[in-house]
Amino acid sequence: MRIRAGFIPLVDAAALVAAADRGFASEEGITLDLVREVSWSNMRDRLNFGHFDAAHLLAPMVIAGTLGIDSPPVPLSAAIVLGQNGNSIVLAEDVHAALQAHAGGGDLADPALSGVALRRLLAARRAAGGEPLHFGMTFPFSNHNYLLRYWMAAAGVDPDEDVRLVVTPPPYMVDGLRSGRLHGFCAGSPWPALAVEEGAGRILHLGTDIIAVLPEKVLALRTDWAAQNPEATTALTRALIRAATWCSMPQNRVDLAQMLAAPGRLDVPAEIVLRALEGRLRVDGSGRLRENARYLTIGPPASRPDPDGALWMYAQMARWKQLALSGRDEETVRGCFSPRLHDAAVASMSGADAGDGVGAFMGPRFDPNDLGGYLAELTAQSAVMHKS
Amino acid sequence: MLRVLVVDHDPERADKVRQALEEDPNLQVQVASVKAGHLLGLLRQAEPDVLIVDLDLPDRDTIEQLRVATRERPRPIVMFVDQSDTEAMRAAVGAGVSAYVVDGLKPGRVKAILDVAVARFQEFDRLRRELDLAKTSLAERKLIDRAKGILMRARGFGEEEAYNLLRSKAMKEQKKVGEIAQSVITAAELLK
Repeated sequence: MRIRAGFIPLVDAAALVAAADRGFASEEGITLDLVREVSWSNMRDRLNFGHFDAAHLLAPMVIAGTLGIDSPPVPLSAAIVLGQNGNSIVLAEDVHAALQAHAGGGDLADPALSGVALRRLLAARRAAGGEPLHFGMTFPFSNHNYLLRYWMAAAGVDPDEDVRLVVTPPPYMVDGLRSGRLHGFCAGSPWPALAVEEGAGRILHLGTDIIAVLPEKVLALRTDWAAQNPEATTALTRALIRAATWCSMPQNRVDLAQMLAAPGRLDVPAEIVLRALEGRLRVDGSGRLRENARYLTIGPPASRPDPDGALWMYAQMARWKQLALSGRDEETVRGCFSPRLHDAAVASMSGADAGDGVGAFMGPRFDPNDLGGYLAELTAQSAVMHKS
Repeated sequence: MLRVLVVDHDPERADKVRQALEEDPNLQVQVASVKAGHLLGLLRQAEPDVLIVDLDLPDRDTIEQLRVATRERPRPIVMFVDQSDTEAMRAAVGAGVSAYVVDGLKPGRVKAILDVAVARFQEFDRLRRELDLAKTSLAERKLIDRAKGILMRARGFGEEEAYNLLRSKAMKEQKKVGEIAQSVITAAELLK
């Protein structure tokens, strides 16, 4: 069977790319055609109109699309979470320096402190008659929007009054910083790393500094398509769970980074992709590293859709007046992020693929039927880590 | 008089759309190419009633923000065509066009404008395909025909779909369509 899926060139498309390019889809009898897209609006429309069967989608867009906030309502379901977290807040060099000057000698790594410094900086700019700071984010219904707002509002900055939040396609972010149209932005990999690499800005916060666990992108299906094509849905979900598991293994990272770096995929240096996968990011021109194992999480257990995480995003949408809370919508949102499709796929897998009862924090699945193979995989993993 | 702004990365196509729309004396048509991230400024300047945008531009997401309440609102561009007319939207997305209209405009007028844009986009695609073919040599065309046949059999494609795949692969890898066709044929022979 043929399945056509859209993706945006981002590191969290990894499981989808691996499913197509590493044979996980074809092993399930699926010819997976990946189509690179340039905008989230196109992705939504092409999924809605059946040009795509499946889409790499911003998690909040599944909610917005299903409820029909800003387009005709089309019920969507998250088959799996392709990536958890993975975002960063970047500031232009001069804005970062100005923020530091308003930090009272404190460490900007603390988001509570950096937020207060931002409030003071904004007040100083206002007093001097300067324009408000402009921050780029990727889409109205995105965690980039909600992370920036959460961080600012926590320090008493009103994101609708005191700054300008401007939807900016990620390929324009770096140029925006350079030309001064943007003073900062929040986006997923590889864009923050590219801004640092090109000397246009520095990473102020990882998304995980603001919110520790957040579903970032999902593989979205039209709910009616999933119901009409149960076998294709299960096979596709299975392929993606296996691909995501493969992506999560440290020994596969170099392969994965090269696969993602290819011209038809992300078309960026493999080194930058690798650092995002490892959670080791250069935060400024001096090469200073921030390490965080949770920076971007791909694979189980993060890949299982979680209704509670969806409700957090739904609450942000209400907080920022994109919608009004309703008990009925809450149930609908839970339904979009129900682990139903994911769990059905896991239940249909053979023992070796279906996860284990041990739940180690990383490493191969524990297979009680093949202890020798399990030990060999552990040895291989240690060898890889030893070298890194 | 309605003001229509056409934004396309392909100036030739934009011009074709403009010519077609200008046959309607009630339309005032402006064509713009857009430099990265300057669409908002352009909208403020032109203040169009209808905006026709090429789907290959990432700038669409920026326009979407205008539909969600914000302070960045040069004019209330509220919908992507008439949202009740899903057929028109489907046709537009299929042709690679998006159209945004200012609130309060009669849907019938917009539909006519959109139909013209969709027809021109499709015609332009067809002409470009024919031109591509005319440029290739006879030998190359034979290669392309064989490769198309292989793709049609192996992947269940129609002829046009097969050709489009060869063409997009060639563009991505910056090679000639004939070269991609040759590698498809070679691969098929190896896999026999």
